[in-house]
Amino acid sequence: MIPILDMVTGPVGWLSGDAPSADRVLSTRVRMARNAKGVRFVGKALPAELESLREQIAERLMETEAFADGHFVKLAELPILDRQFLLERHLVSHDLTGDAGARGLVLAPDEKCSVLLNEEDHVRIQAMAPGLQLKASFEAAREIDQSLEEKIDYAVHDELGYITACPTNIGTGMRASILIHLPALVLSQRIKKILTGIQQVGLTVRGFYGEGSEVVGNFFQISNQVTLGETEEETLTKLERIVEQLVDWEEKAQEVLLRDAQLQVEDKILRALGTLKYSRLLGSQEMIGLLSAVRFAHTLGLRNVPPIPVLNDLLLRCQPAHLQRRAGKEMTSEERNAFRAHTVQEALGVQDVPSREG
Amino acid sequence: MKCQRCSDKDATVHLKEVSGGELREIHLCESCANEKGFHLVIEHNKLSIASQFIWMAENLYPESSGKVGAVQCSGCGMRYSQFSRAGRVGCEACYDAFQPQLQKILVRVHGATRHKGRTPGSLGDAATAVETAAPPGPRISDLREKLRRAIQNEEYESAATIRDQIRELERETGRPEEDA
Ligand SMILES: [Zn+2]
Ligand SMILES: [Zn+2]
Repeated sequence: MIPILDMVTGPVGWLSGDAPSADRVLSTRVRMARNAKGVRFVGKALPAELESLREQIAERLMETEAFADGHFVKLAELPILDRQFLLERHLVSHDLTGDAGARGLVLAPDEKCSVLLNEEDHVRIQAMAPGLQLKASFEAAREIDQSLEEKIDYAVHDELGYITACPTNIGTGMRASILIHLPALVLSQRIKKILTGIQQVGLTVRGFYGEGSEVVGNFFQISNQVTLGETEEETLTKLERIVEQLVDWEEKAQEVLLRDAQLQVEDKILRALGTLKYSRLLGSQEMIGLLSAVRFAHTLGLRNVPPIPVLNDLLLRCQPAHLQRRAGKEMTSEERNAFRAHTVQEALGVQDVPSREG
Repeated sequence: MKCQRCSDKDATVHLKEVSGGELREIHLCESCANEKGFHLVIEHNKLSIASQFIWMAENLYPESSGKVGAVQCSGCGMRYSQFSRAGRVGCEACYDAFQPQLQKILVRVHGATRHKGRTPGSLGDAATAVETAAPPGPRISDLREKLRRAIQNEEYESAATIRDQIRELERETGRPEEDA
């Protein structure tokens, strides 16, 4: 019924690893929240109003270059597992109610650009890129924003700027975030202090995965909290400076580790690689931790390590809905853990895993 | 872990706050967190262990009941008490209808009450970025910059002091329009 989703099963463009600072910064995302003037927000509008708005915006978007070969999906037509799948690809947000209502998703083929319709706000533009590319991502989102602006009157307030359903997004409506890997700062136990500091300058820190997960595998998502009273450029510059600072601290922490504990650190990394290559059951959190360790090998300058794009892709593909879609069936957690172990071994090209067959 | 407030349900919302240089942890169940007015934070912080600095304190919506709670938006019919529970407004007119209350929230969340970025049709040039004389803007942003530098230099003690100044300033600027 929905062949569209079958087309979005490959690696995502924004985790290609081919970008500035990609060894430490996995990806960049810039999101813009917009609403149409004169249409009530999602909680108060009539379904028909939202549906007609959705069609109008989707049609407009499909005319633009960014979405020329793109897809348009009505979320209500998707099974829950597929929605979970989109969530894991960072294309839709958490859906606590489970009611997809008049939600829609317009998606570019490489998934770097997407627009979510009638979620919390009428329009959520999203641009993602590998590595640290805040300005480029902002420009990409801004371009989509501009093409919509020509057709749709946005809700804009004289003093408050772009109006959003939640006061935390008002003003620029822009949320920029980067996903960064900071193993040396975690190992040297400096991370807590640093993150506390970051939060005091109006930035937010969280983990890679959505729901209920702790920060695992030393991956941190850092984004601006403030959207009002700062220009977009100021927000981006502030975030960029903090990221540069973090990278700098991480490099220093890494030097100290190499000086004081090189063998111990390398031993940890190799053991992690061993576990990834040879195990029967691999839990999600465990895998993330192991992938983090192997990733660390790159920044430490070790050779003959699985390439970063492979590691990135595993982070994405070994999430529950991804595994189940690929297997073509629902799976218990144990079945998933077994399939995850198998998927990892396949990706790492391990040929000699002892088995009962053949 | 049980919720610290009701000691009944399981705590699913874990927040950390830096206060007087010390880290305080708060563990609440979802409904207590909502009642406490933490939901605005939680929304962007669902999974967070790594904790987010909470600009919004416990008395986020002190007037969410009674007279203020009954204030209604003529655009969509939403009452302030409803907004206070949901954390979302119903339409653009809500921002005018609930202006005095929202003003305080905006100051707490953003440290500002006036948009400085782009607007439709603008290319984001100087014309839209004119500094306004709105009270919370400049001084808080100066302090934020100072705070950033202090943290950069790992001077956490002075960072805490500056942070307190920012809060103080926010508290002051949040109050004046009480009976607008
Ligand atoms: Zn409770
Ligand atoms: Zn309203």
